[in-house]
Amino acid sequence: MAIKPTPTVAVATIVLAGFALLPVYAVLAGDSFVLSLGTRILVMALAAASLNLILGYGGMVSFGHAAYLGVGGYVVGIMAYHGVTSAWVQWPVAILLSAAVALFIGALSLRTRGLYFIMITLAFAQMIYYVGVGLYDYGGDDGLTLNARSDFGGFPSLDDRPQFYYLCFILLVAALYLMKRLVGSRFGQVIRGAKSNDPRMHAIGFPTMRYRLTAFVIAGAVCGLAGVLLANQADFVSPATMHWTRSGDLIVMVVLGGMGSLMGPVYGALTVLALEESLSSLTHYWKIIFGPFLVLVVLFGKGGIAGLIARWERRK
Amino acid sequence: MLEVRGIDTFYDRSQVLFGMELEIREGEVVTLLGRNGMGKTTTIRSIMGLTRAAAGSIRFAGSEIRELPSYRIAQAGIGLVPEGRQIFPNLSVRENLVATAIPRDRAWTFERVVALFPRLAERLSNMGGQLSGGEQQMLAIGRALMTNPRLLILDEATEGLAPLIREEIWACLTQLKAQNQAILVIDKNLDALTRIADRHYVIEKGRVVWSGSSAQLLANPTVQHRYLGV
Repeated sequence: MAIKPTPTVAVATIVLAGFALLPVYAVLAGDSFVLSLGTRILVMALAAASLNLILGYGGMVSFGHAAYLGVGGYVVGIMAYHGVTSAWVQWPVAILLSAAVALFIGALSLRTRGLYFIMITLAFAQMIYYVGVGLYDYGGDDGLTLNARSDFGGFPSLDDRPQFYYLCFILLVAALYLMKRLVGSRFGQVIRGAKSNDPRMHAIGFPTMRYRLTAFVIAGAVCGLAGVLLANQADFVSPATMHWTRSGDLIVMVVLGGMGSLMGPVYGALTVLALEESLSSLTHYWKIIFGPFLVLVVLFGKGGIAGLIARWERRK
Repeated sequence: MLEVRGIDTFYDRSQVLFGMELEIREGEVVTLLGRNGMGKTTTIRSIMGLTRAAAGSIRFAGSEIRELPSYRIAQAGIGLVPEGRQIFPNLSVRENLVATAIPRDRAWTFERVVALFPRLAERLSNMGGQLSGGEQQMLAIGRALMTNPRLLILDEATEGLAPLIREEIWACLTQLKAQNQAILVIDKNLDALTRIADRHYVIEKGRVVWSGSSAQLLANPTVQHRYLGV
């Protein structure tokens, strides 16, 4: 099916092309920091995209999504600590463990709704956070420095910044493609329908709890992968990765970028991290500027950045 | 096809249905009549498993369904068009129809449903929330048909609709009846119901107080006046 060159498609193409060309700029300008920042944006966009699946499309306001970032990161850190650095072992274990944790949390928390769901996901995430704090053999509260990055046995090499960057980029694009297919499928239609009227979807013949739990597990697994990348990017993992404020950051990225929009989490991660980087260089109290900005976007920019682009598209 | 025997249903400690009885046979159009608050919607909610009946028996196609979850009851072949339509506003018209499709030997396909409601064909890409009330009602009926129900239940399907749209809905039900679709209808339009339906149940305070054919109902002004306020 041909893709119409609408502003939504144009902006998405420009942003993704910008990401694709960033290493070229970094090499030409001799600016390695921008590549490091770009990698972090891609990783956080991946985590936000996973949250968007359940929050944006499924209406499940998980306030503990950063727990999977920590689970993925700690699997890499602990396995590396014990000398297991092969990515072919580390990454599947991290993804499967994140999925298993999501299955456990989801099976219990999805029985609740609204504020209770928010609180129970927050509670589980804080429990996992304190498990991290209690891992004294692995640095406890101070965190764990990675002995070595995950090793694919040659290519791609995560020690090579452009290669690592492109790996993150490819994984993000693959995740976005997966989300697009998922959301457009019957599974996605049921999830989205249940968001607006769960009892009705149930009464039509769909055990919505199973559908929502499946989405919750997929989101946890993808976020676990983001945790793997984040730990490798920082060469470090600590309980702070899964603190509830980090879950709040992910929600901010999704809301700011546009809930229930494919590219929303990418715009959100890009805006939040770019603003954080630029404002924090101006003042130590950069959040005083960022806070009101966020309030304005929530009040006047319904649908976030992706919503603004969509409205512009409708006006044309 | 559907046999409801002596069901009692409560909302918390307040009893709404008192030994409710109802029977629908293959291809029959049956109505549930009564004034507001008499238990019509609760009867339907009990059949669908949305409000569990505390006692009695609900058998559908030979199987007991009283304790099944609502999604299993729908899968068994009962399609509900609920009061207030309750279409999915964040799904497109097409998605509202295809997302909920359950293919069975009865062949309600997307194409057939769209042919039944040509108005929907023009608005397939629109979101459900962008439709008019009448179009939403057509979509709600179409969505229920896409589950290929053996029994279709409509709860106040013409409530709040313009007379012209109401006539379209009644015409649609007449077509469905001609195709041997079993239907249970709750509505206030006695003229249309007596034209379409085979039998009627009149309920008062959670129990059946009268049942009979359209001809018997039309010939009984006492029932019409006393229980239906006509």
